[in-house]
Amino acid sequence: MLDFIKQPWPWWVSGPLIGITVPILLILGNKAFGLSSNFRHICAACFPSKIAFFRYDWKKETWNLFFAAGIIAGGFIAWNFLSVHNFSINEKLLYDLGQYGITNHEQLVPSEVFNWSSLFSLKGLLMIVVGGFLIGFGTRYADGCTSGHSITGMSNLQFVSFVATCSFMAGGFLFANLIVPLILKL
Amino acid sequence: MKNATIHIDETIKTEIGLKPNGVEKEASPGLRFYPNIKFFFAGIFFGLVLIKSEVISWFRIQEMFRLQSFHMFGVLGTAVLTGMLSIMLIKKLKIKTINKEEIFLLPKKFQKGNIYGGLIFGFGWAITGACPGPLFAQLGSGATVVLVTILSAIAGTWTYGLIREKLPH
Repeated sequence: MLDFIKQPWPWWVSGPLIGITVPILLILGNKAFGLSSNFRHICAACFPSKIAFFRYDWKKETWNLFFAAGIIAGGFIAWNFLSVHNFSINEKLLYDLGQYGITNHEQLVPSEVFNWSSLFSLKGLLMIVVGGFLIGFGTRYADGCTSGHSITGMSNLQFVSFVATCSFMAGGFLFANLIVPLILKL
Repeated sequence: MKNATIHIDETIKTEIGLKPNGVEKEASPGLRFYPNIKFFFAGIFFGLVLIKSEVISWFRIQEMFRLQSFHMFGVLGTAVLTGMLSIMLIKKLKIKTINKEEIFLLPKKFQKGNIYGGLIFGFGWAITGACPGPLFAQLGSGATVVLVTILSAIAGTWTYGLIREKLPH
């Protein structure tokens, strides 16, 4: 059993388990699955700065911060105790990444770029800091992220979530193919 | 519970995902520990699945956007199908929450920001190889520098709040 769990799970096992999170949160307390809102709640709790967008009762939304804390704990447990770190990654991608000096693919992120000392290089700054900023700005502007729109919204047959998901994908295709290679070249 | 007496603009309420006046029945758990702890455990479950499904791997995200693997599309597709079926069942069978409340999801309203913001988020997704949920799981897996990405995302959300009025919606 443990051996089975330790293997990477196929998409037809993990997909439904991700989807089942939607009814779990609804049944536990009428909560809509969506993680990017947490960034807003943290702003509202820590630096509302008289901005109307951050003046609401964030304490009503603490359940989502508990949920996020759980994800950190779940990530720790799964990575350290329930995984064998043998990803099978597309050969072509590995070859391309090798050209940019990315050869270690035993972590979830390429350790050559995502490390503390790379924060002092332009490449690291763009990948870690600017990348994060785009996520925070874009998700709020779009009113949701992959969990809020692509999974919850589309499950609830919301047309706007379908539009948002197409936009996520379009932006991702564009950047992954045209811009990310340029940044990695730096 | 009686309706809250604090007046919040109805549109803002809907935007932040609260229920409009008259619909809200459940007392909010607020900052109390006990009523919130079940969501922590739900988070552990979701974090486990995120890691095991590898959808939070930077490499998988690059594969997806370069159309080099079906994995991510399979995960997203089956996740949406499962969510859709669950919501249909909840509505059809009138399943209630564990506190015997009626379950409902607020509709989301379309605005141009869904497209502009969506594209911007897509850029960030491709660069960091993570969306908001996975950022937390990556941090938990020991990629400590992702903490900077999360702080930066908070700064991004704050900046959006600051200049929101000036952006096309």
